[in-house]
Amino acid sequence: MTSLTMGAALTVGLHRAMAADERVIVMGEDIGRLGGVFRITDGLLDEFGPTRVIDTPLAESGIVGTAVGLAMRGFRPVVEIQFDGFVYPAFDQIVCQVAKLHYRTRGRVRMPLTIRIPWAGGVGAVEHHSESPEAYFVHTAGLRVAAVSNPQDAYTMLQQAIASDDPVVFFEPKRLYHTKGEVDLDGNVADAAPMGLARVEREGSHVTLLAYGAQVATALDAAIAAEDDGISIEVIDLRSLSPVDYRTIAASVRKTGRVVVTHEAGGEAGVGAEVIASITEQCFHYLEAPPLRVTGHDIPYPPAKLEKHHLPDLDRILDAVDRVLDRPNSLTPTAGAER
Amino acid sequence: MYTVTTDEAMTALDDTARLLTPDGCRIADARLDPWVEDLDGAAVRGLYRDMAIARRMDAEGVALQRQGHLGLWAPAQGQEAIAVGTARACRADDFLFPSYRELSIAILRGGVPADLVLAWRGEVHSTYDPFELRLASPQIIIGAQTLHAAGYAMGIQRDGGDQVAVTYFGDGASSQGDVNEAMVFASSFTAPVVFVCSNNQWAISEPVAVQSRFPIAGRAPGFGIPSMRVDGNDVLACTAAMRWALEHARRGGGPVFLEAVTYRMGPHTTSDDPTRYRDREELEAWRARDPLTRLEAFLRAAGDLDDETIAAIGREADGLAAQMREAVLTARTRPAIEVFDDVYCEPHTGVEHQRARFAAYLDSFAADAGSAR
Repeated sequence: MTSLTMGAALTVGLHRAMAADERVIVMGEDIGRLGGVFRITDGLLDEFGPTRVIDTPLAESGIVGTAVGLAMRGFRPVVEIQFDGFVYPAFDQIVCQVAKLHYRTRGRVRMPLTIRIPWAGGVGAVEHHSESPEAYFVHTAGLRVAAVSNPQDAYTMLQQAIASDDPVVFFEPKRLYHTKGEVDLDGNVADAAPMGLARVEREGSHVTLLAYGAQVATALDAAIAAEDDGISIEVIDLRSLSPVDYRTIAASVRKTGRVVVTHEAGGEAGVGAEVIASITEQCFHYLEAPPLRVTGHDIPYPPAKLEKHHLPDLDRILDAVDRVLDRPNSLTPTAGAER
Repeated sequence: MYTVTTDEAMTALDDTARLLTPDGCRIADARLDPWVEDLDGAAVRGLYRDMAIARRMDAEGVALQRQGHLGLWAPAQGQEAIAVGTARACRADDFLFPSYRELSIAILRGGVPADLVLAWRGEVHSTYDPFELRLASPQIIIGAQTLHAAGYAMGIQRDGGDQVAVTYFGDGASSQGDVNEAMVFASSFTAPVVFVCSNNQWAISEPVAVQSRFPIAGRAPGFGIPSMRVDGNDVLACTAAMRWALEHARRGGGPVFLEAVTYRMGPHTTSDDPTRYRDREELEAWRARDPLTRLEAFLRAAGDLDDETIAAIGREADGLAAQMREAVLTARTRPAIEVFDDVYCEPHTGVEHQRARFAAYLDSFAADAGSAR
């Protein structure tokens, strides 16, 4: 095992994918000489040269649209969108072309694209640099959507995404880029758990807490804190948002009977809403309490000094845990104070 | 500092390159002549045949829609010279990225009549294998395919190939960001792309002046892309310009832009009513510049086309139109459960779950009535 930051794990993963298959190319803004604004592509230009590491014009639709053409020529493009909030100009190419070409052509044209997106908030950034647009892509049939939460998954799942013949939108939480973790660089990626599977991060018996991306760490912190009150929380990292691994989630919910989902994106028509609806259909008779969401507010992403009030933190998660356990919580009427 | 006023540039660009006058007289053009000097009477007659077939099949498409067999049809009458002239100039291993108004190219690339109609009928989204015909599925999103061509051309460069990526779009598409981004990418990477803009004067109801106050070909040099404005109703000029463009791109010169000036004689689609936005005089003025009658006059005057040959071509075209009709009338709608096919290449538990649930639902009817799904 090697101790790596998530950023370094992604870099090693990219390097290995490029070394393993000469049709893998990376493209995006500032990803060549600079190594990307987050340095994820650092060193790739020197190693693989400008024909495989392409600094593109500043045009996101152009980046994804030309990647479609490169894929039709037999390449496996790995595209970097510089920031989450910059993906929207490419939305048409992703939704109308990348997602639909395989279906449109009845399987003749494959789109083995990986669209990497440095993602979500908590880094004190200016507007458009902290967004959580994952639900748009989960809602789009034809795309796979992955969100990583630790260096090992970043390393493994990025290589799995690149190896997939389906297009993958790959979300990398910016605030974890510098977080270290142990990574097995010697193991065979093909032997790792498939990208589409969720993982039980911590076993528990009272509440199932679902999270993905940087929220997994917050969820684990909440589980540790709850232990002091004798509450046992099972934390599941969804890892894949399309498809969602309902088998793993349902097994947990049938055990605990209580569900809380947390994500940074707003709750309205979000991933949590879909997961709760589906799990309610599948596990209704096992549920002891209404499932709850702990999400970002349904507001445009707020200014950096206010983002801590937007991001679901440990206390808001524990408050929801208290609610599903019918313990005193923020909505419990207090004596003499009507709200 | 070099400056040029819009008026000066427009005057310079007003000169539309052509080799045939509207009444079919061959005129000289020093820039175009060398590119068609090898075309003999038989070769030019072949272009006439291709255009006649394209027009006949287009008419059949309109008829099939009017008779209720197709949901929609996008007529291309009047624009045959661009599709035929440019596509015939391509090599078999060049890759073409069309919009939805260049369907006749599929026939030129080895497709079958069914390829023109089954998507309009709603049986499939596309028919032929794009890699077999080296022709992308017709693109409905305006201008999106230009980026695919630019990317494909970047791939050609990486493979050390000498093919060219060709993309077709209209005057309306020239306003799209994707088309402009495609020109930036193609130019910055010196990618072998030929941009063919069919300026048919109308984007549904909007005249070209809404898209551009300047000849569209005049935009390309601003991207560092050489361009030519060519008479899109003159198949010889389209052939010559395309040969020039392909050669430039193939030899590593980078992208080329052609604006082919033409006119959409019919409606945007069969759902459109052009009488609401354009007048008859304009239509008649363009009818006098028709690409087929022009070429017919030229060929007859040269003794390369007679009534007998025209009749034979008509019979061939009728035969292909009949095959189109047959394909429509014998089309078998796929089983319901196949709507889930090909969403992904690899198993996706979400889609598999829905497929299984829908299959059970369909089977419930089969169990009730013994009917197959």
